[in-house]
Amino acid sequence: MKIILGNSHPQSLFAQRIEALSRQKLFACYQCGKCSSGCPMAESMDLLPNRVIREAQLNNGPVIMSCRAVWFCSSCFACAVRCPKGIDIARIMEAVRTLQMLDGKPITEQPFCEDTGTLPQIALISHFRKFNM
Amino acid sequence: MTRLGVFICHCGKNIARTVNIEALREKAATLPHVVLAKDYLYLCSKPGQTMIADDIREHRLDKVLIAACSPRLHGKTFAQTAQRAGLNPYLLDMANIREHCSWVHIDGAEGTEKAFSIIKGGLGRLLYAEPLEPFQSPVTKRVLVIGGGVAGIQATLDIANSGYEVYLVEKSPSLGGHMAQLGETFPTLDCSSCILTPKMVEVSQNEHVHLLSYSEVTRIEGNIGQFQVTVRLRPRYVDETLCTGCGDCVPTCPVVVSNEFDQGLGARKAVYLPFPQAVPAVYTIDWDACLNTDKLIICENCYKDCEAKAINFLMEPQEKMVEVGAVVLATGYELMPVARIGEYGGDEYEDVIDGLQFERMLSASGPTGGVVRRPSDGRIPQNVVFVQCAGSRDPEHGIPYCSKVCCMYTAKHALLYKHAVPDGQVYVFYIDIRAAGKGHEEFVQKVMSEERILYLRGKVSKIFKSGAKLVVWGADTLSGRQVEIEADLVVLAMAVIPSSGSQKLARTLHIASDLSGFFSEAHPKLRPLESNTDGIFLAGAAQFAKDITDTVSQATGAAGKALSLLANDFIKLEPTISEVEEGICRGCGLCVSICPFGAVKMLPSTRTGAMVAGINPILCKGCGLCTAGCLSGAVTLKGSSFKQIFAQLEEMV
Amino acid sequence: MPEGLRVGYFPGCTLKTDARDFESSALAVARVLGIEVAELSRWNCCGTVYSLDAVNLMPRLASVHNLIRAEEEGFSEIMTLCSMCYNTLKQTNNLFTSKNNGRAAINDFLCLKPGYSGRVKIYHFLEFLREKIRPEQVKSLVVSPLAGVAVAPYYGCLLLRPKEIAIDDPEKPEILTPILSALGAKVIDFPFNNECCGAYQTAVHQEAVARRAYRIISSAQSEGADMIAVSCPLCHYNLSALQGLVRSTHPGLKAMPIVYFTELMARAMGLDYRTEIGVIPQDVAAAEARLRPSPNDPGREALK
Ligand SMILES: Cc1cc2nc3c(=O)[nH]c(=O)nc-3n(C[C@H](O)[C@H](O)[C@H](O)COP(=O)(O)OP(=O)(O)OC[C@H]3O[C@@H](n4cnc5c(N)ncnc54)[C@H](O)[C@@H]3O)c2cc1C
Ligand code: SF4
Ligand code: SF4
Ligand code: SF4
Ligand code: SF4
Ligand code: SF4
Repeated sequence: MKIILGNSHPQSLFAQRIEALSRQKLFACYQCGKCSSGCPMAESMDLLPNRVIREAQLNNGPVIMSCRAVWFCSSCFACAVRCPKGIDIARIMEAVRTLQMLDGKPITEQPFCEDTGTLPQIALISHFRKFNM
Repeated sequence: MTRLGVFICHCGKNIARTVNIEALREKAATLPHVVLAKDYLYLCSKPGQTMIADDIREHRLDKVLIAACSPRLHGKTFAQTAQRAGLNPYLLDMANIREHCSWVHIDGAEGTEKAFSIIKGGLGRLLYAEPLEPFQSPVTKRVLVIGGGVAGIQATLDIANSGYEVYLVEKSPSLGGHMAQLGETFPTLDCSSCILTPKMVEVSQNEHVHLLSYSEVTRIEGNIGQFQVTVRLRPRYVDETLCTGCGDCVPTCPVVVSNEFDQGLGARKAVYLPFPQAVPAVYTIDWDACLNTDKLIICENCYKDCEAKAINFLMEPQEKMVEVGAVVLATGYELMPVARIGEYGGDEYEDVIDGLQFERMLSASGPTGGVVRRPSDGRIPQNVVFVQCAGSRDPEHGIPYCSKVCCMYTAKHALLYKHAVPDGQVYVFYIDIRAAGKGHEEFVQKVMSEERILYLRGKVSKIFKSGAKLVVWGADTLSGRQVEIEADLVVLAMAVIPSSGSQKLARTLHIASDLSGFFSEAHPKLRPLESNTDGIFLAGAAQFAKDITDTVSQATGAAGKALSLLANDFIKLEPTISEVEEGICRGCGLCVSICPFGAVKMLPSTRTGAMVAGINPILCKGCGLCTAGCLSGAVTLKGSSFKQIFAQLEEMV
Repeated sequence: MPEGLRVGYFPGCTLKTDARDFESSALAVARVLGIEVAELSRWNCCGTVYSLDAVNLMPRLASVHNLIRAEEEGFSEIMTLCSMCYNTLKQTNNLFTSKNNGRAAINDFLCLKPGYSGRVKIYHFLEFLREKIRPEQVKSLVVSPLAGVAVAPYYGCLLLRPKEIAIDDPEKPEILTPILSALGAKVIDFPFNNECCGAYQTAVHQEAVARRAYRIISSAQSEGADMIAVSCPLCHYNLSALQGLVRSTHPGLKAMPIVYFTELMARAMGLDYRTEIGVIPQDVAAAEARLRPSPNDPGREALK
């Protein structure tokens, strides 16, 4: 998919909205990939964490709004503690989740696993916290 | 009556945009003593200067005020103009109506008013200005070079071969620095010691060179042209003049420690020669490792075996004073310790090594005889992972800058490993490839294509041990996938940092260093070889990470700078320094403690014999601290006397 | 025994339900160590996983309420056992002490005057032990040492990251080492001790979490661990309850007992802490089998 930039395609606001929600500097990221190298959930992600940031830098709304990777992030902060630029990637993941939820796309529906009965409380409440508005 | 001239510059539109030059000139013309007020588009231009010089002569001006930019920019230019017109340059002053006025104002009326008050102040100050003469100081025709790596070696040879004496101070027992540790060098794959050793030998044989190895500079005083340097010679417990370098002392020494020259991979005895080609070819006893202490002699094995009777357990540190006219600083670099990166295992895993350790493995004279072996079990590694930018480009945990040499030496390492272990696999994790030198990009591309090396674009996140293997977690951002590699050996291209002790040395030499600890150059673009202290020059990796080519270029440049200083018998020093009025000084000595340059001393007065302050004109930098500090007002800063300053203030407010 | 060692205690929901043995063992241990653990008289859920949204204040209020109560009840220090409670309370508390004026924003939002000060210090029990109790004190209370038991401490994320709340080096944590050593156990360092278990993803993506559990458990096993000690009920759940799911893809996985570190302390000190519910029976049984010293162990005699 070609990305068209420039005057005839006014900048959409994704990058800014993500920056506002996360209070992180998107353009401080120089795409070293260290966040992706150590992400425990990356195996399940459709885009690696550094790609999520890249797409945000590119203002690529459709990709950001449909990416499933953010729903696999476990907010473990492994990326954040190791990022050479001090970027809290976990917050960017949360910002993208929030944007998708505000958008109300069905992709954000995260059904519970089958045996909810045995889940400890913190797992249940965290589920409501992260996957519901 | 004093005849004053005022020249106002438009600086194109820089000043004229906010200052009404016409009105300013008219007002200035009415001020007392002013016999001439003129303006011009660019006073610093050739015609502008000619005009000023002509006017000085034609109107018999006694003193001149140039209302223009900062004297930092053009003070020298106009001083020369005055000199050409036969006016003492200290009777020409500048009023800064650009940086201090037009650039910071928007409103024209305000700007013009402020420019006028700056000019009035300048004239007030000028009225009390007195003619001053620069004085001369002799140049000692000798150079001190600190650091005996390839930078220090090159600078030493360039200077000595021009016929001047050089003192070369090297901290370790031998010359050579890091270049002596390298196997082959990029991009040409020259054998490092083959090209370095002849230079080291040349240093030792040059009659103009005094090599002080195992030594450090502890104190430096004086000024450009005249530095007094104290060098501390550590006792090597072997008499340099007697030792023949036979090595008979080594076999019976009972102490074995790790060899720093081999980056800890090999071992040496307590009495040792760091490497076979060491210069001077003199053995050293590592006193920390030796069984003997200052109080107790337990072992005499080497002493007994030395036929030349060179060993002396009672040797003590010595201090040596040398006088030089210039200093070249070439203290080089170090690698950031692997221990700083916890996620790469810190220094816990033997088979995670740094670039210099790998160099030692590749070196034919290294601890493994040039065979690549895992430190843990001595096996030849089949899967080797190189991790670039380890600690570099990481403002959060490491250093913010790019270490500049590691992309290149990693490519070299990959190539040399493949030559040594053709069926081995190499993986290089990189973020960007920086290969901007002559022949560098070609080298990297050739390594990639000819050796079929897989470069993976991503920074490694974690390295850990799993059984006998190391697991490397990386990513390939080009394909968008995580990468996990089971490796036998991991080589980290650790960040290049200033050599330890360089901060202390900077304080000793009163020179500045940057936030990362490298010595600062006087101007990043135009004076890259000079420190901010006159007469102290910079060479090699001590100024910033660089490869051998750049190091040698800079060293030759710094030597050239030192030589052009030595070409003069005298140097001119500014007369704008402080002076003590003996009659007023009450001998309290406050100024002695205030002066940051140690220029003030208490001396008996030539007239009364009482102790009064005296200022060494060579050491004084004219900072004015003692002037402001003296409670009796006994100190005057020439060119900025109290009278001048108060007159300036009175006119301005 | 140090005098007047008193600390406020925030239990959190899970400690009162699924992780009752965590609480009971910790309280028993604290008692013998001379620590007066004073549970807040009123508390609510910490809010669980800390919200990373910089704008929305709502998800922080649960924690804020607890902090306000702690201050009202006069506690300058409160302690948690659950790592997630620690993480959430601490991050919320940091909002009040940070420079960007989070304190005013939240107090205004809640119309509180003067509002919460940010001055209550949040401890995790491990941090509290490190600061106030010497390992020798622990050792002196041990009656049946865990001799020969290889315990792999597992820290996960919540005690170590983000770095503002880390109670130890996030890359090389070892805060449990002196305690486990004092109990006589052999401490197993393994590279996955700071790797995420998958956390709350267990509610939606159990296969993904099971993959994490597999890697963590097998890494500890290959380093020779007999059991894994944890400090978080969520880690406990993911590593123990999902072992069955792990076995559907890795049938060969040997059972790995998962225990709270306080359980090990209590057992070694000979304290009875067992409650009725909330334990995963086969794990504790397995752990106990490993803990039971051989018949000729002198320590055991002393306990009888
Ligand atoms: C792994 C690796 C591989 C490399 N490979 C290559 C290559 O193939 N090609 C290439 O061009 N470059 C290579 N380089 C770069 C090369 O090492 C440097 O360019 C070169 O060594 C810089 O020389 P230097 O004299 O400035 O510093 P150094 O070599 O560091 O020498 C500094 C000297 O000063 C001494 N010293 C330090 N402090 C003091 C003090 N206070 N008083 C007295 N003496 C002091 C030290 O003991 C040392 O002898 C490599 C670098 C590394 C890390
Ligand atoms: S680790 Fe940081 S700088 Fe590197 S790609 Fe991720 S967010 Fe960007
Ligand atoms: S916080 Fe999310 S994106 Fe970052 S490493 Fe953990 S799971 Fe991956
Ligand atoms: S035996 Fe004596 S002469 Fe020979 S190397 Fe040793 S110290 Fe020098
Ligand atoms: S030279 Fe290459 S490896 Fe070294 S810091 Fe720069 S980019 Fe990284
Ligand atoms: S003017 Fe400055 S440098 Fe000169 S003697 Fe006084 S304090 Fe020292």
